[in-house]
Amino acid sequence: MHPAYSVIFFTTATGAGYGLLTLLGILAAFGTLPVDRGFAVTSVGIAFVLIVGGLLSSTFHLGHPERAWRALTQWRSSWLSREGVLAILTFGPTGLFALGWVVFEDIGGIYAVAGVLGAIACMATVYTTSMIYASLRTVRAWNDPWVTPVYLVLSLATGALLASGLASLFGVALQLENIALVLLVLATFAKLSYWRSIDRRSSESTAESATGLGHLGKVRLLDPPHTGTNYLMSEMGYQIARKHAIKLRRVAFALGILIPFVLTLAAMFLAGLLPVIAAVLAVLSAAVGVLVERWLFFAEAKHVVTLYYGASEA
Amino acid sequence: MTSLPAQPTPKRLGLVIDLDICVGCHACAVNCKEWNTGGYHAPLTDIKPYDSDPSGVWFNRIHTFEVGLGADSRVVHFPKSCLHCDDAPCVTVCPTGASYKRSDDGIVLVDENMCIGCKLCSWACPYGAREYDGDAGVMKKCTLCIDRIYNENLEEVARVPACVSTCPASARHFGDFNDPKSDVSKLTAERGGFDLMPEQECKPTNKYLPPRPRRDRAEDSPAPIALPKAEGGFLAWVDDLLSR
Repeated sequence: MHPAYSVIFFTTATGAGYGLLTLLGILAAFGTLPVDRGFAVTSVGIAFVLIVGGLLSSTFHLGHPERAWRALTQWRSSWLSREGVLAILTFGPTGLFALGWVVFEDIGGIYAVAGVLGAIACMATVYTTSMIYASLRTVRAWNDPWVTPVYLVLSLATGALLASGLASLFGVALQLENIALVLLVLATFAKLSYWRSIDRRSSESTAESATGLGHLGKVRLLDPPHTGTNYLMSEMGYQIARKHAIKLRRVAFALGILIPFVLTLAAMFLAGLLPVIAAVLAVLSAAVGVLVERWLFFAEAKHVVTLYYGASEA
Repeated sequence: MTSLPAQPTPKRLGLVIDLDICVGCHACAVNCKEWNTGGYHAPLTDIKPYDSDPSGVWFNRIHTFEVGLGADSRVVHFPKSCLHCDDAPCVTVCPTGASYKRSDDGIVLVDENMCIGCKLCSWACPYGAREYDGDAGVMKKCTLCIDRIYNENLEEVARVPACVSTCPASARHFGDFNDPKSDVSKLTAERGGFDLMPEQECKPTNKYLPPRPRRDRAEDSPAPIALPKAEGGFLAWVDDLLSR
């Protein structure tokens, strides 16, 4: 599948933003969220910039962005529509929580409730994002039970790294490092399981089932419909990443999970300025790693329509 | 509304495509382009049509496959357009309601004025029936020539999809699959019409007829007819001479 940069940025940026707001909301409910205006403004600000920026970026790949509001109407059948509706609803409780924490410096009562509701709404939104892909039977690498866990755990892990990084920059004690480490372990498990699953599951659709000619023998394309390219081939037939898939998986895993894990662990035992540097580097490394991971999520995925354009299995 | 019709549609209009007699002339694709570039989805944009890398929107494309190996191999021309599925995933994924399945005849259409061009429907379709028009910023697809089949300004014989009307080999047939007496229902029953990629569970309306068994080997042909032999005289001598 063609990896559209706007969608890659959208899913990773909103994922980190929602993950960050989820963890802040939960910490508020437990009463362990430090009331520090500088930290509060910055972390809430970054979360909303990531979310709003991501949502705006997702409209850039539309043919008619001015009609984007129409996408809020078909929530009964469409995961994309559900995502749009939830993304907007999520601003309610998260906005109230942010108001309480930043403006009134209060994380109790209604603001704590808003924090928890916001956390649920954030994860629900990430869930709908993952279901847009997981519900497509046409793309085997997406129609996989591990897609949703990967989206959820990477959202929380990047959010936890962001929270730790910001907390250490502002010198507030958040005690999120342990949670970040656990989330990175879970992310490792989910992503490795995903890769193993898509590598192992054999293709349901083949050139034979696509043409219905399997009873006559092996089917292969002799002549394409046109000598040139077309929309289907450029959108669904993206192949550049596949030959580098193994290397890119290592890059995604190292930058997205392994290096942030080591840096976060190291930060717990370092003193002075070093933990701050380690925490910031962990965020930057994870950002690049998750972008590679998401790019690969698209570029590695093969659509069954390629069976009509020379692929023998999809 | 992008939910599928709640009740089975009273009519199920669609095509039967005969893979046995399609000669791969691409006339159906050309006439489809010709009609539809002035029809419901007009224009069917071509990008850089006179350049070295032209591309454009087509609702119907003809793929040519080679099936089997060696002496048993055969060439099958394979026209493919929208299959107007009963369980059309392109419809249910649409976030705006632009994509819909008509509740009376089952035709799957896109309302261009509501389409935001998110392309998700083209991802959901296993058959590549939907093609994005990058110039108009909307998704376009086969309409089963909705502007021909109900068009009372045309002679009745012309009220069939453009691809069906133009096929010189009569490899394409149009009709109602809910009517057991229609040509498409009878052909499907007689010839074992099949679904493409049934495992995708889209329940396509269009059916494909399989190629008939090969008849191009010596044993497939009838034995040569023995010609009468001339008896006696000069003609018998000439017959003998020429028969050597």
